[in-house]
Amino acid sequence: MRMSKIVRTATDILYPFIIIFGFYIILHGHLTPGGGFQGGAVVATGTALVLVAYSWKELPGLVSKNLLWFQESGGLLLFIGAGLAAMIIGFPFFYNWLAGSGSIFGTPVAFGPNPGDLNTGGFLPIMNIAVGVEVWGGLVMVLLYLLSALEREERA
Amino acid sequence: MKQIIALITILVFAGSLLMIVTNFQFGVPIKSDMDDYFLKFGQVQTGTNNQCTSVTFDFRGFDTLGESTVLFTAVMGVALMFRRFIRGEDDADE
Repeated sequence: MRMSKIVRTATDILYPFIIIFGFYIILHGHLTPGGGFQGGAVVATGTALVLVAYSWKELPGLVSKNLLWFQESGGLLLFIGAGLAAMIIGFPFFYNWLAGSGSIFGTPVAFGPNPGDLNTGGFLPIMNIAVGVEVWGGLVMVLLYLLSALEREERA
Repeated sequence: MKQIIALITILVFAGSLLMIVTNFQFGVPIKSDMDDYFLKFGQVQTGTNNQCTSVTFDFRGFDTLGESTVLFTAVMGVALMFRRFIRGEDDADE
């Protein structure tokens, strides 16, 4: 069930750039348009391109269901955990206690237009990464299950 | 007969939508206290230059939590549905 050599060669050239672009959107979610959902969808698209161009059975190490399940649940747990961490310290649920604190992601931001710094945003970048990883795992997971069902349909 | 009813329904809905669009003046909201607050304090309070992200992930973090849960539930539903198919044939995939 693999596609032609043209498609596979184009996929080999394109998919690193698509995935890197997706990670860029995830990591710069608090500075540029985009965020966790959009970037995760882009990374999932890059992975889906590989899955469709090659057969989904030929990629045992790169994309496995256990790893995707781990991504899916780990992303959601990291998201909730980031919200609960504020409660442990003594703030309300989902309080952005990292913003402006001076530690990681804690550089204060001045009011008004400025070019922006990657090391800002409190726990918004952490949440962006969590949601991005979750969306990535979830969408590839759906595609993997649908492809395996398609395989079964062809065999029957 | 059916087509005439459908046409009338479409015309009524399109007319009401157009009425709403023409009666409202865009760019001049009636109440803008919330927007002004986000624009004025959002950048300093959340440390983000992108105000859309500061609203979706910080001020309305619960909404995003629900969204993530919806996605998780959707993936879980797909997995459960197709796992039954796969298990009937062979257990090699799981």
